Amino acid sequence: MQQKLLELKNVTKIYRVGGGLGLRARYITAVKNVTFSIPEGEPLIVALVGESGSGKTTIARMVLGLTDITSGEILYRGKSVAEWLKEDPFTFRKEVQAIFQDPYSAYNPFYRVERILYLAIKKFKLASSKEEAEEMIIKAMKALGLRPEDLLGRYPHQLSGGERQRLMLVRALLIKPRLLVADEPVSMIDASLRAVFLNNLLQLKKEINMSCLYITHDLNIANYVSDRMVVLCNGRVVEEGPSHMIFEEPLHPYTDLLVKAVPIPDPRRRWKSRISIKAETLREVRPERGCPFQHRCPHVTDRCRTQDPPIVDVGSGRKVACFLYT
Amino acid sequence: MELLRVEDLHVYYKSVWGLYRVVDGVTLSVKSKEIFGIAGESGCGKSTLVEGILRLIKPPGFIAKGRVIFKGIDLLKLDEEELRRLRWKELSYIPQGSMNSLNPVMRVEDQMVDVVLEHSNISEEEARKLVREYLKRVGLPPEVARMYPHELSGGMKQRVIIAMAMLLRPSLVIADEPVTALDVVIQRVILQLLKDLRDEYGATVIYVAHDLATHAELVDRMAIMYAGKIIEIGSVEEIFLEPLHPYSKLLISSVPTPERRVIRGIPGVAPSPLKWPPGCRFHPRCPEAMPICSRKEPKPVDLGGGRMVACHLYGGE
Repeated sequence: MQQKLLELKNVTKIYRVGGGLGLRARYITAVKNVTFSIPEGEPLIVALVGESGSGKTTIARMVLGLTDITSGEILYRGKSVAEWLKEDPFTFRKEVQAIFQDPYSAYNPFYRVERILYLAIKKFKLASSKEEAEEMIIKAMKALGLRPEDLLGRYPHQLSGGERQRLMLVRALLIKPRLLVADEPVSMIDASLRAVFLNNLLQLKKEINMSCLYITHDLNIANYVSDRMVVLCNGRVVEEGPSHMIFEEPLHPYTDLLVKAVPIPDPRRRWKSRISIKAETLREVRPERGCPFQHRCPHVTDRCRTQDPPIVDVGSGRKVACFLYT
Repeated sequence: MELLRVEDLHVYYKSVWGLYRVVDGVTLSVKSKEIFGIAGESGCGKSTLVEGILRLIKPPGFIAKGRVIFKGIDLLKLDEEELRRLRWKELSYIPQGSMNSLNPVMRVEDQMVDVVLEHSNISEEEARKLVREYLKRVGLPPEVARMYPHELSGGMKQRVIIAMAMLLRPSLVIADEPVTALDVVIQRVILQLLKDLRDEYGATVIYVAHDLATHAELVDRMAIMYAGKIIEIGSVEEIFLEPLHPYSKLLISSVPTPERRVIRGIPGVAPSPLKWPPGCRFHPRCPEAMPICSRKEPKPVDLGGGRMVACHLYGGE
């Protein structure tokens, strides 16, 4: 069997809300029975796609070991994340890096750019001398099309959002992780720099063989940057497969709705029909039983309300969890 | 027919570091019953431009120069009372992040009724009826009227704001980033509602957003802003299919489409309103820059049919 770089097996996360002093706590299932993997070998960008509240960020935090898992397993190169953190946190932190949505909060505001990068080099013992470290920093910046003279000596607040996020990629290029977990890294930066960031990410994938778990609500970006997509609805995987296939021909009615709602930057191809959302489903509904999309699905049947649709293989590397395909 | 004309509008902010020339000479014309888009990246001055149009600039900001002619009246010359009478009734504004500006301790219906009573002479009973009708119109169930804002999702709050903006049937609705931060499906529903404002109520809509794809879905004509100035105006087809200004071209090619497998960004960073570059403000990042571009500011070139571009490649003086 092929070794997996990252493997999620029936991962569930239940949050406890409130309670105490004799009050009953509520439990919210943020992630339920999520299974998917990223293989070793060829680097792959896997997009985790879903709306707000779908559990994407919770999954990212569990993969990074920042949030506990309620049940199930997350394995990085065959060993659970919890074990990695106990036995060899140094290797795990070096090999699995993260980029978050807010490019500002990731930096110590009192450190200049070069110090931030130098600390990464020092921590992971990437250079034997200060001169070598400086050389590495300048080389990495140039490799990603950044001008060292524009960045060095500056503080994080003096950089634009796009520059701050690209600096995280410079950091990644120095550390050379095997897996990058990127949680909505471009949602706060402008289109022109977004494109540069995404191209830099694709460049890293090729040049340092880095795989990436790319979390986004934007299907257009997921389609551009990723090889495979995993679509989440209310904490469950509803569809998985090669990105372009999902984008061109979504199978699950939820994926279909998401794809149809993506605005296309071409006025010749405007939406022709209207979509409607039933008023009573405007608020978030988390079904206890059955399909996570049952409240909004146009094809819903009684079976969808009582049974969980199993995720089935439908060929060409695609999987879908919907009774329409079983 | 022209509904709104902005002439050479300048909005500046004073600071200890100097003068921020955020909107620096904007001229545009919006026709009655059109959906007009204003696009540009963060910091280009698009929000300040609409605040200037609506006279919502607060100190240390001020309108340094210009005219804003709405239905033949110069809004910049009106006194506060005259302007107040136009608000909501003639001019509605959906500011950025406004779904978070609903009063948290008032029921949805009550805050909407307040607006109606303040700006028209109908009775409270009629006002309540009107509010219910508009909530229904934006697809909200009747029980929303008696709810508090925290009980609603972001998409529901944004619908309340749109219903509120429509209440008194204004002729002009200005919406600043109304779908940013909403999920794609809700985004599409909100864009449909903005379209209804024009199609069903005959309102003119100015749609301000940095996201180009939503412009392509919604607007009839649009302006692209860069560094406090409008650099190109045209129909949505002209802008997307035959952009003229190098900035417009690069901006459009930065957005992925299902087919566009290679996107390019724009290298460099946007300049600061404290010190705009000399000549054309885009020249330091422009791949087609010529010697003249760093020396002389390009004058807007009128290409006829409402098309304008401000770039030395297209002549002008």
